[in-house]
Amino acid sequence: MLCFVRHVILCSVLCFSAAVPAVAQDIGAPIQTLLQTHGEVIKQSSRRTIGPAIDALAASGLDDAKTVLERWQNKEMWFEAETGVFVFAAAAEGGMLRLFDVAGGVEIGVTEKRPYKQLKPNSGIRGLISAALVQFQLNDPDPSERAKALTAIERDADASHLAALRGAIDGETVPELKAKKQRLERLLTIRFSDDDADRITAIQSFAGDLGVDVRAALNPLVATRLDVADTLPENAMPVEVGTEDLSRARAYALLVDKELAAAQTDPATLRDTLIANIDAGTVAGVQVASLDTDDARMAAYAALAAQGLAAPLVTEADVTAALEAFQFFEVFTGAPVSVAQAAQRALSDIETRVALNQTADLALDALSLASIYFLAAIGLAITFGVMGVINMAHGEFIMMGAYTGYVVQLFVPDYTLSILLAIPLAFAVTFSAGVAMERLVIRWLYHRPLETLLATFGVSIALQQLAKNIFGTQARPLTAPGWLDGSLIINDIVSISYIRIAIFVLALLFLALFLFVMKRTRLGLEVRAVTQNPRMAASMGINPDRINMLTFGFGSGIAGIAGVAIGLYAKVTSEMGTDYIVQSFMTVVVGGVGNIWGTLLGATLVGTLQKGIEWMNPSNTLAAQTYMILFIILFIQFRPRGIIALKGRAAEA
Amino acid sequence: MADIALTPPRRPFVARYPSVIIFIGLLALFTIGVTVLSEGFGIGVISTSFVKTLGKTLCLCLVALAMDLVWGYCGILSLGHMAFFGIGGYAIGMWLMYARTEIIVRDSLAAAPLPPTPQEISDGIAGQIFGVVGASEFPPIWAVAHSLPLQLAAVVLVPGLIALVFGWLAFRSRVTGVYLSILTQAMTLALALYLFQNDSGLRGNNGLSGLQNLPGLGHVPQSTLSVIFLWASALALGLGYLLCAWVVSGKFGSVIRAIRDDEARVRFLGYSVEAYKLFIFTFTAILAGIAGALYYPQAGIINPAELAPIASIYLAVWVAIGGRGRLYGAVIGAAFVSLLSTWFTGGQAPDINLGVYTVQWVDWWTILLGLSFVAVTLFAPRGIGGLFDLISDRRSPDRHGADLGPGTGALQEKEAEK
Repeated sequence: MLCFVRHVILCSVLCFSAAVPAVAQDIGAPIQTLLQTHGEVIKQSSRRTIGPAIDALAASGLDDAKTVLERWQNKEMWFEAETGVFVFAAAAEGGMLRLFDVAGGVEIGVTEKRPYKQLKPNSGIRGLISAALVQFQLNDPDPSERAKALTAIERDADASHLAALRGAIDGETVPELKAKKQRLERLLTIRFSDDDADRITAIQSFAGDLGVDVRAALNPLVATRLDVADTLPENAMPVEVGTEDLSRARAYALLVDKELAAAQTDPATLRDTLIANIDAGTVAGVQVASLDTDDARMAAYAALAAQGLAAPLVTEADVTAALEAFQFFEVFTGAPVSVAQAAQRALSDIETRVALNQTADLALDALSLASIYFLAAIGLAITFGVMGVINMAHGEFIMMGAYTGYVVQLFVPDYTLSILLAIPLAFAVTFSAGVAMERLVIRWLYHRPLETLLATFGVSIALQQLAKNIFGTQARPLTAPGWLDGSLIINDIVSISYIRIAIFVLALLFLALFLFVMKRTRLGLEVRAVTQNPRMAASMGINPDRINMLTFGFGSGIAGIAGVAIGLYAKVTSEMGTDYIVQSFMTVVVGGVGNIWGTLLGATLVGTLQKGIEWMNPSNTLAAQTYMILFIILFIQFRPRGIIALKGRAAEA
Repeated sequence: MADIALTPPRRPFVARYPSVIIFIGLLALFTIGVTVLSEGFGIGVISTSFVKTLGKTLCLCLVALAMDLVWGYCGILSLGHMAFFGIGGYAIGMWLMYARTEIIVRDSLAAAPLPPTPQEISDGIAGQIFGVVGASEFPPIWAVAHSLPLQLAAVVLVPGLIALVFGWLAFRSRVTGVYLSILTQAMTLALALYLFQNDSGLRGNNGLSGLQNLPGLGHVPQSTLSVIFLWASALALGLGYLLCAWVVSGKFGSVIRAIRDDEARVRFLGYSVEAYKLFIFTFTAILAGIAGALYYPQAGIINPAELAPIASIYLAVWVAIGGRGRLYGAVIGAAFVSLLSTWFTGGQAPDINLGVYTVQWVDWWTILLGLSFVAVTLFAPRGIGGLFDLISDRRSPDRHGADLGPGTGALQEKEAEK
C-alpha cells in the first residue's frame, strides 16, 4: 500500500515538474525523496499520524534533515499543490514567494503564491518536531544550544531521546555538559531501557542521590496494584486487611468489584428497600412504626430477603468472613520485579538521606524563626529584662517601625536606598515614641509593675487604632530590595531565602550591639548601675531619670528596627504587634529575665519548638502555636526564672 | 479555709456593708423599671434590642465583679477571665444549638416513610451543625451536648477545672505579678487559637450561632425572652454581688487583701497563700463562666474572637475605670464603659467637625478609651468609685510612709516611700 502511494507521488512529481516555472531544484535529492516518501502524512498534518514521518527525518542522518525540521516548525515549508514537491519559501515583495530548495537551501527564484500551499503544523506537531530536533541540538557546535537541548529533554523526556543521548556523550567536550548528559542518560536508561540489567545498574548508581528528578524517575517503577486471590501468587507482597494500608471498606469494595462478594447492605439501601416494600402500614408483616431501630430494620429486611423481595442481607459478620477467605496482595505494575525491587531499595536509601536533609532544612527554618523572635524580643530584653518595665506597647513599636519603612518606600522608590533610610528613621521614630512614653507615663509608675502593664496596654490599644485610622485595615507592602530575593539553594531539599539570612545576620548584629552598649560604653555602665541601685547610682553623679529615659528609648528604637526587618518578611498591618507581643514576652521569660544570652536561648527554644510542632502536624499552624504556649506554661513550672536565672545580688535588683 | 466561713460575724452582715443593700435595691429598681418600659411586659418605650443590650451589660457587670475580686481584692491581674466567660458561653451554646437542631431534624425526618432510628437523628444533627467545617460526625467534646443539666454543669465545671489546674500550676511555682498576667494572657491566646481551628470540634471561626432561639420556646417572642433573660441576669448579678461581698467580708476577706498587699508576710504568718489564691481564682472563673452562659443566649452568637486576649484586657480596663478594690466600682465601670462603648461604636455619637478633619467616633473611640485608661491609671487610680469617697469622706487607712490608697494598695511599703 505504502509502496503504491509512493509510486503515485513520484509519478506525479515527474509528470508535472515541467509546469513549475524557473525550477531548477534537485527533486532527486535524498531529502526530497525522503519527504516525498512521507508526503501524504506531512500534508495531512495530523498529530496522530505524523509520528513516522518525523522519526524518519530524524533518523535519516541527512545533513538537510535538521534544517527541514526547523523550517517546518517555523511554518516556512511549502509544497506545490499539484506535484507535491516540498520547498522552503519566504514572502517576497508584491505578494510573491521566494523559493529555496529543501536540499542545500539554494534559492530557486521568485514565483506566484497560488500554486503553493503552506504547511501549518499545529502546536502538537511542533512539539513532536522539537523533540526530534533534540538529537541534532545535542551535537550542536554551540554549547549553549546543547545545554538548552538537555533542559528540553529533562522537561519532557521520550524513549527516542535515549539513543540520541548515548550517541552524544562521547563527542562532548565541555565537562559540565558531559556530566549532565551522563546523568540524564542514566535517568533515561532507568525509564526507557529494555535491558533490565542496564536499568538496575543505572538505579544503583543513583543510591543516595537527592535530586527530585531521580525520585521522579524511580517512583513510577515501584507503582503497585492491589489485587486479591485465593492464594498468594509468586512475587506478590501480602497486605494485611484492617491496617492503615488497606482499610476493611476498601478491601471489601475490591471483593465486590471483582464480583467475589455481594455488596454490604448499607443503611441507606436497607431503608430504601423497606420503604419500597411498605404494604398497608407493614413491611414483611412488621408494623412500620416499630422500625425505629437498626435491629428492627435489619430483622424486617431479613424477612423480606427470605421472601425473595430483596437481595440477601450482608451483615458485618459476612464481610469479615469474606475478607478472611481471600488473600490481599500487591504486585508491581511499573517495572519487572527485579527492577522494581532495585528501585525500591534505591528509594528507601534516598528516603533516609532526604529525611536527614529535611531535618537540616527544618533546623534552618527553626533558626530563622528563632532570629525573628529574637529580633522582636531584644528590645523587650532591654526594657523588661534590664529595666524591669513591662511595656505592652512593645508590639506597637514594632508596628511603628514597619509602617515607617512603608512610608519611606512611598517617597523613595529605590528599595535598597529606602531600606537603608528606613532603618535609622524607624529607630528615630520609635526612640522618640519610647522617650515620650517614658516621660509621660512610665516614669510615674516605676515600682508599680501591674499599673505599668495596664497603662501601656492603654497606649497599645490607642496606637493600634491610630495606625488603623491612618493606614486602614488592609496589609501594606514593605518590599525587600531585589538582591534579597530568591534563596540560597544547597540541594533540592535544603534551601533558605536570603531575607531569612539577612534577618539572621541582623539578629547577630543586634546581639553584638546590645553587648557592646551594655558592656563597653558609659551608657551601659550607667544603665547597669541605675538598675541595680538607683539611689547609689544617683549619689555617684548619675542622673537616673535621664538614664531610664535613654534606656527605654534605646529598647524601643531597637523594636522599631526589628519592625522594618519583620515587615520585610511578614505583612505590615496595624495588628502585627499583637502577633509578636506574647511570643516576645515568652521568649524573655523563658530565657531568663535580665540576661541577653537567656533571651537568645529562649528565642532558639521557642523557634525550634514551634517549627518542630509544625513539622509534626504541618496542616495546622494554629495548633502548633497552641501547643507551644502550653509547653511554655509547663516549662515555667520547672524553671520559673527561665533558662538562665540570675543569681545573687543581680537577682534582687 | 473552713475556719473563715465559721467565724461568727460581729454585727449582721448587711449592717456592716450597707452598700450591698443599696446595690441590691438599685438593681431591683432598675430591673422593674426596664420591665415596665419594655415591649414584652410593659409600655414599649425601650426596644427589645436595647433590653438585650441592658441584659448583656448586667452579665458583663457580673464578670467585672469576678475580675474585681481576683484583681482588686486578691491582687492577681488575670488576663484570662474573659476566656472563662467565653467557655461558659460555649458550654451553654452547645446545648442550645444541639437541642434546636434536634427539633429541626426530628421535624424533617417525621415526614419520612419510616420512623427515624437514633443513629439517623444523630447523623442529621451532626450534618446540620458541622456542615460548615466539612465534618459530619460529632466530636467527643459534644458527648453530653444533648443534656441540659450536664451542659449546665459544664458551665461551672469546665472554667472551674481549667482555672484550678492552671492556677495550681502557676501559684505552686510562685509565679506572681506581671509574670502571672503574661502567663494568663498566654493561656487565653492558646485557648483562642485552639478554638479557631476547624478541627477543634466547636466549628472553628464560625463559632456557635442562633443561640437566641431557645429550643422548645419558638412560639415565645424575643421581646418576652429578652425581659426574662434580663431578670435572670439581674438575679445572677444580685446573687453574685452578695456572694462576693460575703467572701470579702470577715477574716477570709482580710486574708486575701493581705495577700494583695504583702504576700510574703501572709505566708510567714502561716497562711497557705496558694490555697487562698487558688480558691479566689477558681471561684471567679466559675462566676465568669456563669456570666458567659447568661450573656451569649442574649448575644445570639459566640466565636473564638470573643476569647481573644484583648477582651480580657478590656475587662481590666472596665474594672480600673470603675475603681478596683470595691465591688460596686467594678459594676459601675463595666456598665459605664460598655454602654458608652456601644453608644460610640454604634454610630449614634455625633461626629465632631474640626474643619480640616471630621472625628468619627467609630474610629476614634478606641483611642479615647485607651488614653482615658492611661489617664485613669496615672491620675485617678481609684476610678469612678473614688467619687463616692468624696461623698462618704472615706479615707484610706493610715499606714506608715506615704498614702497607699486602694490604687497603690498592691505596693510593698518600701516601694511607696518615694
